[in-house]
Parts: sequence; C-alpha cells; structure tokens
Amino acid sequence: MIPEIGHFALILALVVAVVQTAVPLLGSALGNPRWIGLAKPATRLQLLFMVIAYACLTYAFITHDFSVKYVASNSHTTMPLLYRVSGVWGAHEGSLLLWALILSLWAVSVSVFSRSIPAVMLARVLGVMGFVAVGFLLFLLVTSNPFERLLPAPADGRSLNPLLQDPGLAIHPPMLYMGYVGFSVAFAFAVAAMLGGKLDAAWTRWVRPWTNIAWMFLTLGIALGSWWAYYELGWGGWWFWDPVENASLMPWLVGTALIHSLAVSEKRGAFKAWTVLLAVFAFSLSLLGTFLVRSGVLTSVHAFASDPGRGLFILLFLVTVVGLSLTLYAFRAKQFTSNVSFQLFSRETGLLLNNVILVVMAATILLGTLYPLVMDALGIGKISVGPPYFNSVIVPLGIPLVMVMGLGVLLRWKRDSISRLGTDLILLVIVALGVGLLFSLLLRYDWEVMAAVGLVMAMWIAATTVFSAWRQKRTASVWGAALAHTGMAITIIGISLTSLYSSEKDVRLSAGQQYQMAGYAFQFQGVKKVSETAFDAYQGTVDITRDGQPVSHMEPQKRVYKVQTMPMTEAGIDAGLFRDLFVALGEPLEGGAWSLRLYHKPFIRWIWLGGIFMAVGGLLAATDRRYRLKLRRAGNA
Amino acid sequence: MLKYFVPLGGFLLLVALLAAGLKLDPREVPSPFIGRQAPAFEANQLEAAGMLASTSLKGDVWLLNVWASWCGECQREHAVLTELIKGQNLKAVGLNYKDVSADAKRWIAQFGNPFTQIITDPQGKIGLEWGVYGTPETFIIDQQGIIRYKHIGPMNQKAVTEKILPLLAELRKEAGQ
Amino acid sequence: MTPVRKKRLLLILALVAGVGVAATLVLQAFNQNMMFYYAPKEVKAGNAPANHDFRVGGLVVKGTVKRDPNNLDVHFDITDMTETVTVKYTGILPDLFREGQGIIARGRLLPSGVIEAAEVLAKHDENYMPPEVAASLPQKPASEAK
Repeated sequence: MIPEIGHFALILALVVAVVQTAVPLLGSALGNPRWIGLAKPATRLQLLFMVIAYACLTYAFITHDFSVKYVASNSHTTMPLLYRVSGVWGAHEGSLLLWALILSLWAVSVSVFSRSIPAVMLARVLGVMGFVAVGFLLFLLVTSNPFERLLPAPADGRSLNPLLQDPGLAIHPPMLYMGYVGFSVAFAFAVAAMLGGKLDAAWTRWVRPWTNIAWMFLTLGIALGSWWAYYELGWGGWWFWDPVENASLMPWLVGTALIHSLAVSEKRGAFKAWTVLLAVFAFSLSLLGTFLVRSGVLTSVHAFASDPGRGLFILLFLVTVVGLSLTLYAFRAKQFTSNVSFQLFSRETGLLLNNVILVVMAATILLGTLYPLVMDALGIGKISVGPPYFNSVIVPLGIPLVMVMGLGVLLRWKRDSISRLGTDLILLVIVALGVGLLFSLLLRYDWEVMAAVGLVMAMWIAATTVFSAWRQKRTASVWGAALAHTGMAITIIGISLTSLYSSEKDVRLSAGQQYQMAGYAFQFQGVKKVSETAFDAYQGTVDITRDGQPVSHMEPQKRVYKVQTMPMTEAGIDAGLFRDLFVALGEPLEGGAWSLRLYHKPFIRWIWLGGIFMAVGGLLAATDRRYRLKLRRAGNA
Repeated sequence: MLKYFVPLGGFLLLVALLAAGLKLDPREVPSPFIGRQAPAFEANQLEAAGMLASTSLKGDVWLLNVWASWCGECQREHAVLTELIKGQNLKAVGLNYKDVSADAKRWIAQFGNPFTQIITDPQGKIGLEWGVYGTPETFIIDQQGIIRYKHIGPMNQKAVTEKILPLLAELRKEAGQ
Repeated sequence: MTPVRKKRLLLILALVAGVGVAATLVLQAFNQNMMFYYAPKEVKAGNAPANHDFRVGGLVVKGTVKRDPNNLDVHFDITDMTETVTVKYTGILPDLFREGQGIIARGRLLPSGVIEAAEVLAKHDENYMPPEVAASLPQKPASEAK
C-alpha cells in the first residue's frame, strides 16, 4: 500500500509541476497577477508530494519491503539502518528521486527567501524550475519508477553494492546533487532575466547567494567523492579523471567562473550576457553529467545502472532545456550588452582572464571525456584518454590561472596601474618566492622544481589574499573570498606535494618480515580470518615504526561480501596532517607469504582540507549583509 | 547578431555527437557468433533426469534463453518470451546460468515454465562458450545448428515482431525448399 | 585607432593567444596520451604499436595465471577466443581478477611478444564486461582457445 501512495504522490507531483510551469509563465507573459501568484503555492505543494514520495520509498527500505523491485535489488535484511536510509539513493531510480526532491527543495527555498524579488520575476524563476522538475518527474515515472512491484516478493534482497556501504558514500551523492541541482536556481534566474529582458545589479544580488551555496555543496561533494575513492577503492589515488569525476568537475569550473563573472556584473554592470551564458552552461553541464553517468554512453568505474533507453530520454530533455535556453539567449542576449568601459589593466580584465581560463579548462575536460565517443562514433577505433592527458593540459592552464588569481585580488576596478601597485607588488612577489622556496627546502624530501613551483604558487595566492583582505573593508563577501582563495592555496600544496613525493610499493612479505619505506618500517605480523554479519575477511596485521618508535597498528582487510560474493579491499590508513600511511592487503602467495601494497602519501589531507576552506568561504560570502539588507528594505516597502 | 548563436550551434553539435553515442549501445555489440556453428554442450537438466546434448537438437529450429532466478530482468521478459515460444511452437532450451538449482526450480514453479528443456550451468562454463556476458540473452539456432540471431537483454515485443518472427518465417521457407 | 578599439584589439589578441596555447596543449596531450584498444588477435597480427602504450583486453585463460614465488611478478594469458597473448605484470592484481574474467591491461609490447602491463583493470560487477572486450569477444568457442 505504502509504495502505491508513493507512486501516486509522484504522479501528483508531476501534475503540480506542470501547473507550476505553465500557469506562472503564461501569467507573467500575459500580466495576469492571479496566475503569477500561483507560482508559490504550486511550488510548495510540489515539495509536499515529493516529500511523501521520498518518505514512502525510505519506509519501504526501512521495513524491508522486498515486494518493491528497487528495494529488493538494493537492500538486504542484514543491512544496518544507516545503509537502508542511504540505500534509497544507492542506485539509479532512488538517486533520481533524490535529485527531484532536492530540486523541489531549492525551488521552495527560493520562494521563501524571495521577499525582495518582484512577483513576475519570481513567477518566471519558479516556472523554469518547475519545467526542469517536469522533465525529471516524467523521466522517473516513464523509465525509472522506483515503486515498481516485484511480485511475488523474494524472501530477501540482493543487497546494496558493498562499495556503497560506507558512511562517506552515504553523504557524497546528496552533497553532489545539492550542488548540481543548486545551479538550477542560477539557471532559472538567467532564463527569467532573458524572458523579462532586464538584468540589473539587483538581479545579480538575487542570484549570487544561491550560486555560492550551490557551489559550496558541489565543492564539498567533489571533495567527499575524492576522499571516498581514496580510502574505499583501495587504490591510494585521490582523483582518477574518471568520466563521473569529470562530470562533477566541469560544472564546478564553470560555476567558479560564474561566481566571478557575477561579481563583475554586480559591481560594474559588465559581462552581463556572458554571466547569463555561464549560468546556462553550469546547469547544462550538471545535466550533461547526469546524462553521461546514466546513459551508459561512457563507461566508468562508478557506473552502477546504465540504460540506453534512459539515455535517450535524458538527451531529449537536455535538448529541450539547453536548446530552448540557448535559443532564447541567441535572440535576447543583445539586450544585455553593456557599454561599460574599463582599462586593460584592471580587475575586470583579471576576472575576464580568470573566466576564460576556467572555461577553457572545463572545455578541455569535456573534450577529453567525449573524445573516445567521437572516435567511436566516427568508427576510427576504440580509444581511451588517460589521466596523463588531463594532467598535461590542466597543469599548464592552472599556472596562469593562479597568477591571475593573485593579481586579480590586488587590482582595482575600472583602471589600475603598475605604478600604483609598485612596491606592494614587488614585496608580494618576493614574499611568495621566499616563503615558497623556503618551504620547499625545509621539506624532508629531495628538492624538486615542480614542488617549489607549486609551493610558490600557493604562497602567491596566500600572500595576495591576506594583503588584499587587510587593505579592504572586511565584509562577509571579502572574508568568504579570502577563505576560498586560501583553500585553493592549501589544495595546491596538497596536490603538488602528494603528486611528487608519494611512495608506493607492492611487496611480498611473510609473517614477521618487514619493509622500509620513506623512513617507516612496515612490520607484517600475519593474517587471520575474521567473520562479520555482512562479510568474511582475511585480516592482516601490520605494525609501523619509525626509528624504533611505534607509529601505527593497522588491520587491513580483504573482504568477501556474503550476499554478492564480491571481494573488496579495505585498506588500513594512518591519517596525519603531514602524511598518510596506507596499507592494502593483496593476495596470498606461496609459502604463507602475502602481497601487500604500501603507500606513503605526504600532505594528501591538504587537498580535502582546502576543499573545506573553499566551501566555508562560499557559504560565508553568501551571508553578506548587502544581500539581506536589500531583503529587509523591500520587506518594509 | 550572429555571435549570440554560437553557443546554440556548439550545443547542437554536441547533441549530434551524444545521439550518435547512444546508438553505439555498448550492449549491442555485433556478435561475431552470428552465422557460426553453435557451441556444443552436454549438460545436466534442471527438472528432467539425465543429460541433454546439443546434438539431439539438430534438424530443428530452436531457441536458447540464458536466465537465472537472481535476474530481475528475466522476470520482465518472461511473458513476452513465453508468448513467443508457445505461439510459434518453438523448441526452447533454457540455460540456467550461475544459479542454485533449488532457487531456479522455485522460480519456474512460481512463474511457469516456457521452455521445453532446461539445462543447468552453475559455473557459467556453457555461458562462456556461448559468449554470454549477462542475463538475459536469447539465441535462435537454425536447422543446421548455426546461430542466426542473438538478443542481449530482456526480450521485448519489438525484437519479436521486427527480428525474430521474420527470421522464423524465413527459416521455415528454407526448410520447405 | 581609437583607444577603445586598441584596447579591444589587445584583449582579443590576448584571448586568441590564450586559446591557441590551450589548443596546442590539448593536441599535444592527445597525441601523446591517446591509447588505442586492441584485441589479442590484432596484437598477434602486429597492429599494436611497439613503442607506445595501448590497451588490450580479453578473458583470462584458465590455468595460465603463474606467480613467481620469489617476487610479485605474475604471468597470465588473455584471449579473445581467436588468439591468445601473454601478459606480464608486477604487483597486486585487482580484487576481481579471476580466471575466466574479462580484464583490460594497459601496457606495451615487448619484442618477445609478451605485453608488459603497467595496469590491470577488472570491473566491479559480476555481469559486467568492459564494452571493448565484449565487442572483441568471442570469435570461437572457448574450448578451442586453450
């Protein structure tokens, strides 16, 4: 009964979404205030039905209702409550339902914090978001109904993919989706502005906090995903340039460009058409990401459910949403051209360069991700574009980006000159070079040019950030930007040092033997069998010492999950701010020996630490008073 | 102005590419098996006693369906498959792939048995020889023991009407000549 | 030229130069890092490059996985049911590496005809086979490809 209620709620949500799209959009075109006024209640009603639908699926998971096909395929009686709740988004149907629920949540949030926004504008924004919801709800109901029954019900389910039975991955998809879907708000505002033909500073102040918050979630989602891949996949890497990862990085890059372009549009009224285009692109890339992951067009380590029929639907949806908005752009963008002038040497130019580099980065990743598809479509052959491609393109693009990043925060709007910056600039360059080089020399590893370059870059960002924050009036926006830039510096340090100084070794050890690596002695004590509810495992014991002092005791496991009979490596990790030690159990060899994979990863935590800084910065900037002041004034009026 | 159409143009190119990509369904790999002699087997039967050898099927047009009780899609194709087999009065062999016999028997008891014979392949050895890479898959084998058609994924009405029925008609004509 | 025009021209030149550099980078990176996929029969036919990494995939032939007792070297054969090639790898094989399983190896061809793999991939799914492997499989029943 409960699943039928969920299914029915989903249908009602679709009906309401159609109303939420059609009536307010028509109303705003015809100037009918009653139709316009329908936007808010419709949005809220849609959320209500979405929550009911989502709650019904969660209920089916918690109560082990295996007559629901989706539950039977993704749950098991032995699964703990946490994974039964997170199992809802463990596969295709449920994760789409979560997508739609989050979309609805964003729309209601916009409707709640919208007192300063004119009713017509709001009606258009909610209408566009309703349109996106219609697409996703249709997709759910037509191709991926999560409430489909499986009768007669099996006695037990097939359980969740063991890879996903992990707290890190339990929260990774919601974060990522909050980010992806959050860009729908900026997108809806952009389309609304094109429909209305007006884009002013007030518009940018409405859009900026939403964009920041979406960006914050996406940043956290990406960082979590990278962290999960690091400890759960057992390969010791933190980024694989996998299509699924690329699918989240592209909207992030364009979203970052959007945040900066919005700043120019707000402060100087320039780049308006470009800002609109970026808002459309950021969300389109989120949709494209969904398409790539769900359609099976590209295969990747993450792919769990892919289906060409579903792919066709998403493609049609993509064509409708993006095609319509770009057509609108083609006809309306001319109205947004601005005659604001600025000198070549100014903050505007800095931000323009930043935008160009970020978009080029996203484009090269898109190219690398789709290139195998092009080759295959043209019948040239099956190829793959490996991580070396992405590394050799992104690194050279990253260096000028960082230089512009530091210079940009120093420059003034409209016009600036070298002579004004003069001594400050020289001082900052010296500080960055000095501290960066000193840092690289103080490391207990061999000196490497690229490590020094990375550290100087990071110090350049840090120095210019601190300097400009010190010189400016410190509003929440300035603090947020400073934190986010500092986060970038931290991440750069992490990436440079981890990439250059990691040691990795596959070794063969018998019980009692030890192996020396990077100053640490890894003592292998042997392997025993252990058994848990969900899996059986071989558990190795490794004691790590340094100069005779105990550092860590690890128990890496090689598990075989009972329900899926799927083997999995559970690495032993000793985390630290300056280095991680990582031991994965390989396979049994002759004579009682085992193969083990040992890693020493300096500064790897800094990569994710920087991500947290960036996310907090994004959130802080969104709380700036000027966004709220505007609200209160309009509320009183 | 023309430059504002550039993003739209770029996007349309991308769509064309993605549409082409969708056609390259990774599941519809051209099976090099088609037109070749079907791999021979001699296997235990699920319900009947004794072995079933593929040689005993020579001279007939027959169907081989790879299924398992753990496979959700196999339930979905069950109705279409049953109708095809009964409607065409086909000889049909079910290959019970990587399954536990008790589960498989329960499944057959629950949903009905569309097959004339069911053979078991608990380790997937026969499946490997037939190039099976998942369940369900369906093969049509002609009187000479040559594989004429292979369907990957759940059987659907479209494949039946557009591919299989014309093929069966053609095979009957060949036999008639 | 007016100052505004001059400024514009400079900006556009800078952008063109930037995009040009990026395009060059991309092309070069593609040239160096594009890896083609070959089936064992194509490797045997001499189509695989001798001095460039490529990927090869197939089923691991039963009974061919041999570990060196003294180190982590491992040899195994993979087949597309037509031809069989030997792969040499040093290190730990992925969790799902099993005989009879479809795998993809990335590496280069040694003069002896053995492929020295830098990486061996097996996918995390019972019913999954990398599409390239599926596409090159199988030409003949496995029984002939001992």
